[in-house]
Amino acid sequence: MSMAAVTRTRIFPLALGIGALAAAILAAEVLIRVGVINRFIVPLPSQIVPAFERVIVEEDIVERFRLTFFEAFTAGAMITVVGVSLGFLLFRINILRQATETWVAALASAPTVLMYPLFLVIFGRSAWTIIMMGFVAGLPPVILKTIEGLAGTRRVLINVGKSFKLTGPQLFTKILFPAALPTIFVGIRLGLIFTLINVVGVEFLINFGGLGQLINDLAERYDLPGTYAAICFVILVSVCFFVLTERVERWLRPVD
Amino acid sequence: MAEAGRLNLPAAPKAGTMIGAEPVTVVRAAIIVFILLFWEAIAQSGLLYRDVVPSLLAIGTAIVKVLTGPVIKCSAEFGIGPFFGFGPYEFKWEIIEPELYCHLGRTAFEVGIGLLVGGLSGLLIGLVLGGNRVLSKSFEPYLYYLGPTPKIIFFPVMIMWFGVGPGSKIAMGAISCFFPIALSTAAGMRQIDKVLIRVGHSFRANAWQMATKIYLPAMRHPTINGVRLGLGVAIIGTLLAETKLSNRGVGFLIIQAYSLFDMPRMYAMLIVLFVVAIGANALVGRLGGLSAIRQR
Repeated sequence: MSMAAVTRTRIFPLALGIGALAAAILAAEVLIRVGVINRFIVPLPSQIVPAFERVIVEEDIVERFRLTFFEAFTAGAMITVVGVSLGFLLFRINILRQATETWVAALASAPTVLMYPLFLVIFGRSAWTIIMMGFVAGLPPVILKTIEGLAGTRRVLINVGKSFKLTGPQLFTKILFPAALPTIFVGIRLGLIFTLINVVGVEFLINFGGLGQLINDLAERYDLPGTYAAICFVILVSVCFFVLTERVERWLRPVD
Repeated sequence: MAEAGRLNLPAAPKAGTMIGAEPVTVVRAAIIVFILLFWEAIAQSGLLYRDVVPSLLAIGTAIVKVLTGPVIKCSAEFGIGPFFGFGPYEFKWEIIEPELYCHLGRTAFEVGIGLLVGGLSGLLIGLVLGGNRVLSKSFEPYLYYLGPTPKIIFFPVMIMWFGVGPGSKIAMGAISCFFPIALSTAAGMRQIDKVLIRVGHSFRANAWQMATKIYLPAMRHPTINGVRLGLGVAIIGTLLAETKLSNRGVGFLIIQAYSLFDMPRMYAMLIVLFVVAIGANALVGRLGGLSAIRQR
C-alpha cells in the first residue's frame, strides 16, 4: 500500500492524533527530567497518572461530581422550561419578538458570568448562585433557537394542519413543536454547554461546590500532580458531556 | 368554536421588513420604562435588602463617579516567567489618570495581547488544519472538544507558568480566544470555492499571491466571525482571572466593590463593562466589514 493510500485510511488520522499526543507527553516527561522545564511548575506526567487514583479516592470525586451534575441539571432544566416558554411567547407575539430579539442576542454575547459577585450577594455563597449563573448564561440560545425552530416550520406542514381544522394547541403539539424540536434541541445543547462552563467556572471562582472547587482546592494546597489530574478529569467530563449531547442532537435531526 | 382556539401564526419577519419602526420603538421604550419602574419600586419598597437593589439614582450617581473617578497614579508592571529556565522579565511604567481608565487600560492591554497571541496562533493552526485533510482529521477533534471546556480551570496552571501578574491574565485571554479562531479559520479555509482556487492557479499566482488575493479575502467572513467570538471569550477569560487573583484591572474593581459591599459601584462597573464589551465586539465586526459582507 502506498503512503498516499495509507494516509487516506480511517485509522491513520486517529493514530496520528493519538501518537502526537503521546509524543508530546513523552517530550514533556523528558524535558522535565533533564531540567529544561521546571518540575516545580510542571509536574512529571508519570506523577500525574497515579494522582488520578488519589484524586478519585481521597477527594470524594463521586460526591463532587454529583453536586456539579445536580447544579448543571437544575440549571439545564430551568433553561429548557423557561427558554422554550419564552421562545414560544416571543414567537406568538410578533411585536414583542421584534422589540426584544436583538436584546436576547446581545445578552447571549454579553459577559454575563462577570455578574457572579452580584449573584453572590443575592443568593449567598451557595449552590443557588452557581445554578442561577448557569441559568442566566444558558438561557439566550434556547430562546433564540426556539424562535428560529418555530418560525422555520414549513408552510406546507402548517397548511396540512389547518386543512385538518386543528385547534391552536393541536397545531402546536402535532405540527409546530415536533417540526421545531431538532432546532430547539440545538439551542438546548448550546445552552447546556454554556451552563456547564459557567457552573464549573463559578465553582472554581467562588471555591464552592463540586469539580471546579476541587481544582481550586488542590491548587491552593500546591498539589501539582493532583491539580493537573483534576483539570484532566474536568476536561474528560466536559468532553463526555459534549459527545453525549451531540449524539442526541444527531439522533433528533431529521434525515435530509 | 374551533376557530377560537386556533393558533394564529405570526409571519416570520424578513430582514428589513419590520412592522413599522414606531410600534417596535414604543414597545422597547415601554419595556425599558417598566423594568426601571419595577426596579425602583423594589428598591423603595424594602422587600429586598436595600443595598442589594439600590435605587436608580444611586446607580446613576455611581456610574458618574466611576466614569469621572479620582485621578490616581497608575503604575503597571508586566512580568513573565520564570519558565523554561529563563526570566523572570519585568517591564514598568507610570501614568496619572482617573482610576477606572487606569484599570480599563490594564484590562485592555491584557485582552489585546491575549487576542494577539491567541489569535495569531489560532489563525496559523486553523490555516494548517484547514489546508490539510489528514492533519484536520487527526487534530481538529481535540480542538473541537477542548473548545467548549471551561478555560478558567487552567488559571492555577497559568499562575504557576506566568506568575500572578498580567502574564497569567494574558495567557487566559490567549487560551480562551485560540479555539474559536482556530476552528473558524479551519472551517473558512475548507469553504473556499474551488473555482476561486483554480482561477488563481490559472493566473499562475504564486503562494503569496494565492494567500493574499484568494485565500484570505475568501475566508474573511468566517475569520472575522472567529475573531469576534475570540474577543468575547478573551474578555471573559481575562476578567474572570482578574476577579480571582489580581490587584489591577476592571475585574479587580468589580470584586473589590463586592468585597466592600459597595453595590451601586458594582452595578455601575458591570454596566460600564457590558457597554465596553458589546462596543468592542461591534467595533471588530465593523472594522472587519462584516455588515458589508453580509449585505452581498
